[in-house]
Amino acid sequence: MREQLALLPRLLTAHLALSLFALLLGVCISLPLAALASRRPWLAQLAQSAAALVQTIPSLALLALMVPLLGALGWPSIGFLPAFIALVLYSLLPVLGNTITALAHLPPELTEAARGVGLDDWQQLTRVELPLALPMIVAGVRTAAVWTVGAATLATPVGADSLGNFIFSGLQTRNLPAVLVGCCAAAGLALLLDGLGKLLLSGLKKRRRSWTALALAGLAALYLYAGLARLFARAPDTLVVGAKTFTEQYILADLIADRLRDATQRPVRVQASLGSTVAFDALCNGDIDAYVDYTGTLWATVLRRGAAPADRAAMLAVIRADLAPRGVTVAAELGFENSYALALQRARAESWKLRTIGDLARVSAGLVMGADYEFFARPEWRALQRAYGIDFRERRSMDPALMYQALQSGAVDVISAFSTDGRIAAYDLLVLEDERGAIPPYDAVVLIGRRLAQDSSARAALAQLAHSIDSERMRRANLAVDLQHRPVPDVARELGAPERR
Amino acid sequence: MGGPLACNSGGLPREVPFTASEATIEVQGLSKRYGQRAAVAGLSFELPAGQLLALIGESGSGKTTTLKMLNRLIEPSSGSVRVGGRDVTGVPPHALRRQIGYAFQKVGLFPHLTVAENVAITPRLLGWSKQRIEARVRELLQLVELDASFAGRFPDSLSGGQAQRVGLARALGANPPLLLLDEPFGALDPLTRDRLQQSFDRLRRGLGLTVVLVTHDVSEALSLADRILVLRGGRCVQLDTPHALLTAPADPYIEQLLAAPRRQARVFEQLESDPGHA
Repeated sequence: MREQLALLPRLLTAHLALSLFALLLGVCISLPLAALASRRPWLAQLAQSAAALVQTIPSLALLALMVPLLGALGWPSIGFLPAFIALVLYSLLPVLGNTITALAHLPPELTEAARGVGLDDWQQLTRVELPLALPMIVAGVRTAAVWTVGAATLATPVGADSLGNFIFSGLQTRNLPAVLVGCCAAAGLALLLDGLGKLLLSGLKKRRRSWTALALAGLAALYLYAGLARLFARAPDTLVVGAKTFTEQYILADLIADRLRDATQRPVRVQASLGSTVAFDALCNGDIDAYVDYTGTLWATVLRRGAAPADRAAMLAVIRADLAPRGVTVAAELGFENSYALALQRARAESWKLRTIGDLARVSAGLVMGADYEFFARPEWRALQRAYGIDFRERRSMDPALMYQALQSGAVDVISAFSTDGRIAAYDLLVLEDERGAIPPYDAVVLIGRRLAQDSSARAALAQLAHSIDSERMRRANLAVDLQHRPVPDVARELGAPERR
Repeated sequence: MGGPLACNSGGLPREVPFTASEATIEVQGLSKRYGQRAAVAGLSFELPAGQLLALIGESGSGKTTTLKMLNRLIEPSSGSVRVGGRDVTGVPPHALRRQIGYAFQKVGLFPHLTVAENVAITPRLLGWSKQRIEARVRELLQLVELDASFAGRFPDSLSGGQAQRVGLARALGANPPLLLLDEPFGALDPLTRDRLQQSFDRLRRGLGLTVVLVTHDVSEALSLADRILVLRGGRCVQLDTPHALLTAPADPYIEQLLAAPRRQARVFEQLESDPGHA
């Protein structure tokens, strides 16, 4: 809990800056747009439909979509920018909708009086219509503020720091206090902004200047703080180690960060909970400097090659050659494999006499399989189907953290597992043998970007990690975090220790 | 009262070139159609500067529509309006309206502005100095018999009659040579109404204002107007002086309109001359 709270100031500030500036730009876009639309019904229709369309995209998908979109434009595709743009889009509808509605429903005698006293069109808008619509506009901004603060927790997978860091890593490592810290802080922030909005609204409605002034001063202070924090938070010298969204990645990222810190004497930080392909794109763009990936993943989803060679060395040679033009270097093979595997409860496997995937394929038509979100869309699943003709009565995608409980409760019969997952031993599961070699090798490799590739001391330090971790040690480390709830930094230190000289 | 109100000079930008003495109105073949229905049909009249024309007629006879076409709040379907000898379509509408005071039937005070800010809105648009605006607001509140303490109040704290008086003050705000008034005294209690009608009458005669007054109070029209235009179904039934209207009504409809005030007047006379009769 204490280490979570230590992270709170930085993440809270990042979250605040992200949501406040997204909200500001959102209001700066939607307010003039609504004012323009109040004289042009077609524009009102168009703008509201577009904003509503954005709203129908699940926020997580909207944020994730920004990554390839910005990448295609050649802009920084991970970190602040994609999260910022997605949140700006997300914040448009409430302000746009409220303003358009308020302007369209002003009492006609007032708009007529505005013309009658000699206001021109612009004066009518700014001196009469917008002031009259102000309570509705502020109400829209309040809604947008709450939405934006909530959706900003989803900025974590696209590489922007936010309170979502607590939630994503906490859910993954079953660290409930971390999840709680993240949720409570986000809720608190939303309540604070909403409270200021409410104060502003009451001040306007009851014509209490002191309330209005207090609310505006509070908002101004928050903006000033967020702006200054963002200005001074940038330390270009900092090295960033990326981690995808599972325990092993957190541990290895911490370990690598430790080694880089010692070797380079530079500040190093971990950017955790990145989406799978987000991490690779981030490395190519120089947004992160290193992370751990797996040869099978690189082969199939990053390099988009077909059937993988059975020979590990040949596979790695191809990967190295393919990555070089993108400025990505394989700094070390860690020495273990974390491959996709099919697992089920040992007792069941024994009673049904299942040992291989081929055995399973004979009975699988009556079974339910649970898998992480990507498994059924991955080439490995197609390869399994091709090699074994396997399919299930029902396929369910679920959060990887929940699959093991689903297996225990009998909600699913078979799950996709990672071979280094500590829970395989802890839950007494059997990993079925892939006797036809349908699933390619998934050797863990440390990838580095251009910046580190030129740093010989960093490369030397990472090279020392080569073949230093076997599957058994990795599995124990994962188990220590996942089931014994030990802090990631401690486990990472122990995992690195025997190799330290 | 006429003295301080008469100060219609002092370097204000003259966006429409007419003064009180030039504020004539000429209406030619004015019509407004909504789909098949004609709200106003082929109306023509002339109003010399400094005169008050009352538009009377039952609800839906086209009084308000006619009034709103004079300052282009409603654009006519056909016909022309000339103010001060110039066609109103030749000036930007907002510039035209700054020279024409308008009091709305529904008053339409701006709820986010104080009474003073409401009254001052047109003078501010015309770039009057702060001192001049403050003096003008004080003067107008006095004219409509509202205490100076009303200046800082907001419209939602006013009664219907008080709001209507502020609406009249707003119409007079920039000292316009031409006034369009839509039932400006309708919500007032009888005593206040009578006093305000009289002070308004003195004011407009003193300044030589040209006024078009919409009312369905026939007595009000008879006592304030130089000329009365009787509308029915959007058409002019008679345009005449009050005297001519009373003595030579052109149509049974006008007889009907006059019947009620006549009867009331007779009752008053009888009661005064013969107290025992009632």
